[in-house]
Amino acid sequence: MKKKNVMGICTAVCICLLILWLLQALLMPKYMSESQEGALIAEYYDEAGGNDVIFIGDCEVYENFSPITLYEEYGITSYIRGSAQQLIWQSYYLMEETFKYETPKVMVFNVLSMKYDTPESTGNLKHREAYNRMNLDGMRWSMSKWNSISASLTEEEKEWGGNWSYIFPILRYHDRWSQLSSEDFKYIFKRDEVSDNGYLMQVNVKPVTSEHVEKPIADYQFSENCWEYLDAMKELCEKHSTKLVLIKAPSLSPVWWDQWDAQIEEYAKKNGLLYINFLDYQQEIGIDWNTDTYDTGLHLNVYGAEKLSSYFGKILKDEYDLEDHRNNEDMSSQWTKKVNSYNERKKLLEDIRDNKN
Amino acid sequence: MQFTSISFLAFAGLLLLIYYIVPKKLQWVILLIASYIFYLSAGLEYLFFIVFTTITTYIASRIIDSRLAKQKLYLAEHKEELSREEKKEYKDKIKKKNQIALVVYLVLNFGVLAVCKGLLIVPFNQMATNTVLGFLSLGLPLGISFYMFQSVGYVVDIHRGVVRAEKNFFKVTLFVSFFPQLVQGPISKFSQLAPQLFSEHSFDGKKLSYGLQRILWGFFKKLVIADRIAAAVGALKAPEYEGMGFLLLATFYAVQIYADFTGGIDVAIGLGEAFGIQMTENFVRPFFSKNIAEYWRRWHISLGEWMKDYIFYPLSVSQPMRKLSKFTYKNMGNLGKRIPVYIASIITWFATGIWHGFSPNFIVWGMLNCFFIVLSEELMPLYAKFHARFGLKDKKIYGLFEMARMFTLMNLIRISDLFPNVSLYFSKLLSLVTNPDISVLWDGRLLNLGLTGLDYGIIGFGILVMLTVSIIGEKKGSVRDLLSQKPAVLRYALIIALLIITLLVGSYGIGYNASNFIYNQF
Repeated sequence: MKKKNVMGICTAVCICLLILWLLQALLMPKYMSESQEGALIAEYYDEAGGNDVIFIGDCEVYENFSPITLYEEYGITSYIRGSAQQLIWQSYYLMEETFKYETPKVMVFNVLSMKYDTPESTGNLKHREAYNRMNLDGMRWSMSKWNSISASLTEEEKEWGGNWSYIFPILRYHDRWSQLSSEDFKYIFKRDEVSDNGYLMQVNVKPVTSEHVEKPIADYQFSENCWEYLDAMKELCEKHSTKLVLIKAPSLSPVWWDQWDAQIEEYAKKNGLLYINFLDYQQEIGIDWNTDTYDTGLHLNVYGAEKLSSYFGKILKDEYDLEDHRNNEDMSSQWTKKVNSYNERKKLLEDIRDNKN
Repeated sequence: MQFTSISFLAFAGLLLLIYYIVPKKLQWVILLIASYIFYLSAGLEYLFFIVFTTITTYIASRIIDSRLAKQKLYLAEHKEELSREEKKEYKDKIKKKNQIALVVYLVLNFGVLAVCKGLLIVPFNQMATNTVLGFLSLGLPLGISFYMFQSVGYVVDIHRGVVRAEKNFFKVTLFVSFFPQLVQGPISKFSQLAPQLFSEHSFDGKKLSYGLQRILWGFFKKLVIADRIAAAVGALKAPEYEGMGFLLLATFYAVQIYADFTGGIDVAIGLGEAFGIQMTENFVRPFFSKNIAEYWRRWHISLGEWMKDYIFYPLSVSQPMRKLSKFTYKNMGNLGKRIPVYIASIITWFATGIWHGFSPNFIVWGMLNCFFIVLSEELMPLYAKFHARFGLKDKKIYGLFEMARMFTLMNLIRISDLFPNVSLYFSKLLSLVTNPDISVLWDGRLLNLGLTGLDYGIIGFGILVMLTVSIIGEKKGSVRDLLSQKPAVLRYALIIALLIITLLVGSYGIGYNASNFIYNQF
């Protein structure tokens, strides 16, 4: 083959790859105004390092705990690595990945995902794939991401492309060209921060009006698969001399059955771990279900999250003797910006809410 | 592993790399291993069928060939001693023995095909459903109709003395299982394919580039057109669509099956080209045909050739047919001379129908094709007079009319594929007259077929591209040759554009129904 031809082919291939890369960047969902939880995982990398506490889990962490309150009241630096309907293996691989960036003193894991044995067991498969995307697309490439993808694929995803469509997301989002908005062009190369250290703020109020009732289930036993991942988390934390804390956030739905609680309680006891079911401490926390939830008790709003964080911060401080970073000059200037940004966001959202009303 | 899956692309890419890295004498071994990996990816349970065909093909070919070789040697050694009668007697003895071997081989293989095509699988699956045997439920073994016909053609050719049997069992195995053509053809002849499979291939940038271009073109047709229009084809099958709705169904299905089948063949042939192997063409722009005989010389050519070589011709020249020909000629004149040919045609088209499936609609499909072929043969003199009287033959507009007439006729025959209930098919045909229902074109029902206006736009664009390429191909020859003479910038720009359009507009991935190539089911 002539040298000129080779050069021509190489140039064409490079141009083609460049176009595909640009198209991929354009077509991927940005999660800036809608489904903002999809942007959470990727945001971590800008804030990685220097956190004493890392929260891992589903919406029950990124909606119910406020790292800014933990800092303001106790000087605890923390970050929430939460994502929508995060499954336990996704939590495990996120934890594994987090240890590559920093070694926190405490790792807090919300145990609700123990109820899901397989991606299919979450019920709504259409949403499951979307949740997988929100959990996995934002992760930086590593073996942790690869393993998390492999563990998370639904049968439909396996049938169509499997891991490949995560390696080349354009294969998944190729048909979004018909739904592109100005947001897709605006955020093609950059993103705004939608969270405050992983906390996705909600200021609306939608009180609990009736008791959440669910039908009893046939088998309350957590699956072997979930226990294995929980064991793996425990071992991972032990390896890094990090304390693993198991929590159940005080969300009223989905129901956290007593039988599940007993199993986690026993596990924590057996392994010397701290387990707090915040549902048992609603009064002490001061949650008022008329004012502290934005969706009738499924999640707390910012007012509830601040109360819960204030309560939990004291436990963390007392149990693990965490440093008060407010006295640290470098840290405090950095966190003061975060506090300001948090307050600005809160005010802005409250204004929007009040104007709507 | 579907041709349109990412796993297949990765598999093919890796294979190409290995193919050109290993010593050339091992290239065919690589293809053999790859073919079996590909086949096994469809399921371990089908392995038996292809291995069965391979082993019986090898044994039958070796037995028949060694007898023929023995015969040749014996006759050469005893050339002087044997009289003509003795030689003939000896030849007849060998022929008879070989015929028995061939019949046993054919019965075994066509028996398996018949069993797979419907005599066993459906009842077995019905029986196995909801029992502990449920996991054994079978589908039609991947590509069985294609690899079996190819194998049978090989053994018959040996029996006819056209080719010699391959002694290496593994080479026969590769010939039977060569993966690019395994799932939907083309059905190749041993004399054409085998020498290429077993010879050594140096890396050829042009062949690779041509191959990749053709694969891309196949993906475009399959993903952008066939899989997108599939939703409307499914919806238009509903009972409420009669008259114009049925005509639309027939037209949409023509577009779907053309884009699907030729797309799959493009991928297969393109892949072959990338390996330096030129497979036989299966389509030559069939929708430009002006009569039915021409159409069948352009559509699914390899199956037509197979039927002609191994059923039609042997039948036409068989002793009973020759006797019949004499008899009918004596009693009916010129028409009588054609009757045996028509009988052979009926049998051939019956077999072609059965090849597509053990279902009444496929037999009706075959018989309708046969009917119109015979009819057009019989009416040919009348047509000739008509054309001469009005000087139509050279008029472009009349040529276009002939194409449109053939397109519509073949669409209306082909659509029987979708109606296993034959009476329903005929009642739909009848509705073209009894219930034209033309308002379907504008009353908004077309937007309830699972396609949006945008989808129709994309399909229209795809058809336009396909039509342009076909017209260029028909008038100026190979589009890739023409493209290769254009400036590199234009060439690469067109290829990149095709790739990006296919990637962005193709119907694939989550949210789309992953669909097999239609001809995988045969």
